[in-house]
Amino acid sequence: MGDYPSRSVNATAGDLGVTPRHARGAGSGASPSNFDEPPRGGGGALPKKARFSIEAGFRGLSTASGAMVLVIIVAIAVFLISKAIPALQANTGNFLTQFEWRPNEAQPSFGIAALAFGTVLSSVIALIVAVPIALSIALFLSHYAPKRLATPLGFVIDLLAAVPSVVFGLWGRDVFQEPVRDFSIWLNKYFSWIPLFGGDGPFGQSVLLGGLVLAIMVLPIVTSLSREVFQQTPGMNEEAALALGATRWEMIRTAVLPYGKPGVIAAVMLGLGRALGETIALALTLSVAFNISFNLIENGGNSVAANIANSFAEANDTGRGALIASGLVLFAITLVVNMTARAIIYRRREFRDSAA
Amino acid sequence: MAKRIEASNVSSYYGSFKAIDSVSMTVEPKTITALIGPSGCGKSTFLRSINRMHEVLPNARIEGSLTIDDQNIYDPDVDVTAVRRMIGMVFQRPNPFPTMSIYENAVAGLKLNGVKKKSILDEAAEKSLRSANLWDEVKDRLDRPGAGLSGGQQQRLCIARTIAVEPQVVLMDEPCSALDPISTLAIEDLMFKLKDRFTIIIVTHNMQQAARVSDKTGFFSIDKTGDPGRLIEYDDTQKIFSNPAQKKTEDYITGRFG
Ligand SMILES: Nc1ncnc2c1ncn2[C@@H]1O[C@H](COP(=O)(O)OP(=O)(O)O)[C@@H](O)[C@H]1O
Ligand SMILES: [Mg+2]
Repeated sequence: MGDYPSRSVNATAGDLGVTPRHARGAGSGASPSNFDEPPRGGGGALPKKARFSIEAGFRGLSTASGAMVLVIIVAIAVFLISKAIPALQANTGNFLTQFEWRPNEAQPSFGIAALAFGTVLSSVIALIVAVPIALSIALFLSHYAPKRLATPLGFVIDLLAAVPSVVFGLWGRDVFQEPVRDFSIWLNKYFSWIPLFGGDGPFGQSVLLGGLVLAIMVLPIVTSLSREVFQQTPGMNEEAALALGATRWEMIRTAVLPYGKPGVIAAVMLGLGRALGETIALALTLSVAFNISFNLIENGGNSVAANIANSFAEANDTGRGALIASGLVLFAITLVVNMTARAIIYRRREFRDSAA
Repeated sequence: MAKRIEASNVSSYYGSFKAIDSVSMTVEPKTITALIGPSGCGKSTFLRSINRMHEVLPNARIEGSLTIDDQNIYDPDVDVTAVRRMIGMVFQRPNPFPTMSIYENAVAGLKLNGVKKKSILDEAAEKSLRSANLWDEVKDRLDRPGAGLSGGQQQRLCIARTIAVEPQVVLMDEPCSALDPISTLAIEDLMFKLKDRFTIIIVTHNMQQAARVSDKTGFFSIDKTGDPGRLIEYDDTQKIFSNPAQKKTEDYITGRFG
């Protein structure tokens, strides 16, 4: 109360005859004004509404750009689908179940299953590895580290987000592959009874390598978004928890994590989006295979985006159509992921909104 | 249940800034003590020193000694979380946990203490909400967000949350300053009721409130900005409001304060 400037100041009659063009008419109930502004309602006849104003112009401009975006998106979709359909019709195999990708031959035969599986598997590995680490770093930066350490460390992590993916890909192929191969051999030696780590090799250029490189790539996004979310926890809720006798970790569990949950989910989904769509890093680290296998350490693996990058150059018309069809499937996967995330965030909305 | 608090020569600092200087007072069990004084004179700082919430802020520290029934609150061997469970706190602005329901808010402290059994939690939730005079208003919507209640109800929910862990002492820092007069009266009624079980120390800007609810009153003041706050006078509320010993106290309660 009393924080808002009076809404009626403008509407009462003043003695200024001039009304600036952008001023609202005297009748509009919500004219913005400050106390220290002289009333400018004007004593004479009510001023006419401006016919052309910046207001109207801007509204037109923003509506037009909004509409334009929609038109472009629809146009792209129509184009892609029109390219994909002939290829799908020419397919002699089953697009959903075929485990091969030979669309350039006279009898084209290709299927999405192995690619979609590889995409999801490598992304899931990336998230399983990256999310716990990212959340720990984020909490450390927001609630444990002294400011002098948190600021530069946060900066370094943001820098990591700016590294181009081709650099990660090359690094993964030329440097990181060695330790991952050694680790895979070790896993295979002691844990081959778990199907994930079975097989007879060769090891190294595997889904595990791809997933780990992806993990490093999504780590910065998830970290810096989560950190921001954690920092926004209202101080009074943190104090409330401490005053109830919570240790710092209990305070984080009581006040910080629940408050940040929707934001963290959004951060993870953004990370997942990046992992699903990642192209070049996987094209460089995986050694192409067209099968569905839960073996993480043997050479192999594939992904929709990597396959597009690898095969686009040599593709004929049908081949391109097939690749576009696979791109549409990737789009559908990302869409489902995003909508799931929204649904999760939406469910607890009542609790968040009433807190505002 | 309720315990005696004894402060002697307590000085609290924010970094190098001394916010209160050498405050000494004894608060008897099962009484209500009001702390009054102009803004910035260190009432909140003193209150937060009692349950060791002061040290949560970086570089904040205190000198002097504070005891609860002759146990040193600031003993290096003492577990801070135990002190805070023993000395609960209600804040100026109602601060229920925004992600929790009414029920979850009420039992949040118990859950922090490792209580998991549903029957115990249910019982404690009802008991504390009843004690906070809130049960009848919320018993049909315990699973609704706590932050959806009115300001006065939220503050009573925060009181319920505080007393659910059965503290010895309850500190309240201007608990009514964000509330309307009716909610304020509801909280004052509640304080009388809680006095049977707890030692209560309340900071208030409202002198009528201090006069209405408290047994003892402490008047804090500062000479000028930048100086530390001091406890000018501490006596029976009756005495402070009818016949204060200090000129400064009289000036303040009669509204002649600068
Ligand atoms: N977090 C803080 N950091 C630094 N100084 C503070 C902080 N909180 C309060 N102070 C200072 O301590 C003094 C006492 O404040 P406070 O205890 O909040 O007074 P009151 O509650 O009586 O209004 C004031 O001068 C205030 O500016
Ligand atoms: Mg205060």
